[in-house]
Amino acid sequence: MAVITIREALNQALREELERDENVFLMGEEVAAYQGAYKVTKGLLEEFGEKRVIDTPITELGFAGLGVGAAMVGLRPIVEFMTFNFSILATDQIINSAAKMLYMSGGQFKIPIVFRGPNGSAFQVSSQHSQALESWYAFFPGLKVVMPSTAADAKGLLKSAIRDDDPVIFLEQERMYGNKGEVPDDKDFTIPLGVADVKREGTDATIVARSLMVPMALRAAEELEKQGVSCEVIDPRTIRPLDIDTIVKSVQKTNRVVVAEECHPFCGVGAEISTQINERAFDYLDAPVRRVSGADVPMPYAKNLENLAIPSVAHIVAAVREVAYLD
Amino acid sequence: MTKQATQRRSRAGAEESGSAGVAEKEAPETAVDASELSEEHAERKQDQHQRIEELDQETLLKLLYQMVLIRRLEEKAAEAYSLGKIGGFCHLYIGQEAVAVGAISALRPDDYVLTSYRDHGQALAKGIPADEIMAELYGKAGGCSSGKGGSMHLFDADVNFLGGHAIVGGQIPLGTGIAFATKYKGGDQMTLCFFGEAAVNQGAFHESLNLAQLWKLPCIYVCENNQYGMGTSLERSMSLRDVSRKATAYDMASEFVDGMDVLAVREAVQRAVERGRREFLPTLLEVRTYRFMGHSMSDPGNYRTRAEIEKYQERDPIKLFTASLKEKGVLDDASLADIEKRVRAEVEHAQRFAEESHEPAPEELFTHVYANPIGRKQ
Repeated sequence: MAVITIREALNQALREELERDENVFLMGEEVAAYQGAYKVTKGLLEEFGEKRVIDTPITELGFAGLGVGAAMVGLRPIVEFMTFNFSILATDQIINSAAKMLYMSGGQFKIPIVFRGPNGSAFQVSSQHSQALESWYAFFPGLKVVMPSTAADAKGLLKSAIRDDDPVIFLEQERMYGNKGEVPDDKDFTIPLGVADVKREGTDATIVARSLMVPMALRAAEELEKQGVSCEVIDPRTIRPLDIDTIVKSVQKTNRVVVAEECHPFCGVGAEISTQINERAFDYLDAPVRRVSGADVPMPYAKNLENLAIPSVAHIVAAVREVAYLD
Repeated sequence: MTKQATQRRSRAGAEESGSAGVAEKEAPETAVDASELSEEHAERKQDQHQRIEELDQETLLKLLYQMVLIRRLEEKAAEAYSLGKIGGFCHLYIGQEAVAVGAISALRPDDYVLTSYRDHGQALAKGIPADEIMAELYGKAGGCSSGKGGSMHLFDADVNFLGGHAIVGGQIPLGTGIAFATKYKGGDQMTLCFFGEAAVNQGAFHESLNLAQLWKLPCIYVCENNQYGMGTSLERSMSLRDVSRKATAYDMASEFVDGMDVLAVREAVQRAVERGRREFLPTLLEVRTYRFMGHSMSDPGNYRTRAEIEKYQERDPIKLFTASLKEKGVLDDASLADIEKRVRAEVEHAQRFAEESHEPAPEELFTHVYANPIGRKQ
């Protein structure tokens, strides 16, 4: 197994799937000649040519809809949003066209498309460039929403997303592109959508974390171990469909849950997970489910304020101590 | 290739765009006098006569049949709607039949068509059986979208009819993508993407036209300019009302077409098809037409005068075409009666089929959400 960055893992997944299926093509802003705004698509233009790796103008609604149309007649587009902040311009096509086409056509037109790009905070890029939008997309039946947190997950899940026949929202994290991890060399390595992963086993409390919060939850778990609290860390990896069974199984063991997330708390994914735990495992809970979310404010620019807005290891540690009634 | 191959501009068109009034008010004075108008209409009649000479009787009568079928099926739908058998929105196409029929008659069966929520006419012209359209309007399992789409979302993969889309302008990027896929796969099918003139004010229109010309995608954009976006007239909503001229902004070929003349529409689309198949080039067609009914079945119609509607009804595309065919000796009363009779039988059959078709089974609520469902109910 090679140790590579998430950026390289995504690049490998794209390369392998472009190689595997002639109907797969990649388009987005600066994905080709510029080699990708975050270099995820580096080298792909040279390898696959401009027919299959396509620079678009800055016209998100236009190229998102173009991708959906192409998917209606058999192509498998991968549409990169330079960041998911810009996907907001394309939401009509993602929600009204991609998510609903199969249903409203009575099963006649499936939409095998992947919308991918970085989601959530970056480094001091302020309000319009730092938004975690997973709860928006997870709201809609018809869409699948994926959020990897390791290099292996990034590669395996992206390959599955490209091979899937439904529209998949694939949310990366800019702060994590350089994170390294072991990735199997096998070209057929994939990770199925809709399956959570237990990133660390434990007995006293469950931390459900995704994307940027996974490494933080693992660090929090290490710290809590020193304080005598054994934490299980679960990464759902796919937000919709959510593998609630794995989460519930853990709760039945630990009886205490913290959900850590970068997005805003109000109507966030954490609220959904918390509700599902209440509905399915209320009798197992020894404390109310506690959320650790991004601050309920637009993202500020100033470094110190930005740090305060994003959940930290300390926030997660404090929340676990709270549900364990240690403080 | 001639860019901006805009045909003779309509003097009537100039007058028409200034005539949107509220019912209580008098219609504004026309900029063109009546004699000039009738002169133009006489000229257009001549044009239609000439076009008739160039076509065989079978083709001509088939076009007439399709237009009459759309009209009668929709009249039946309106009746069923008022009886509560059809729910939701129901946007009728009556008055615009020449556009769908003329345009689609210029295509091959393997070409693609998609349109807005006002989709009954295009769906019929592209070949979705009347039975399945009516059953879809009734919300029945036998409908072309299995009862899940309704009036605004007719689909049929078998005849390459890719939908009724109900967000104004939403189908324009989709059509562009279908044309992209055709070129990507090395095919030569054309995509015909219909939309109303109100969609021209949406960003989706402009983004799509830019991409289509930039990437040379074989899509024909057919703007059905019926002069009202719901109750808001063209002059209240568009700074440059000459839609075909907007193609210039994207260096795209365009034409202005009389949408009341089925053969004029057919010929314009034939030219666009030629351009698309040969050079992968898109075209914007502005087809001037008029809807005789309200925006939807619940439209009070207080934004235009009875007189205005009647003026356009004089140029009813079915009446015009019927008269021309008779004048040219292609059609007589007996063959017209035969068409009406066959249409009536088809419409009655469709209604019976819709009435007798089952409601979708309750378990259908959860099917077709995902092509690859995962785990429990998602």
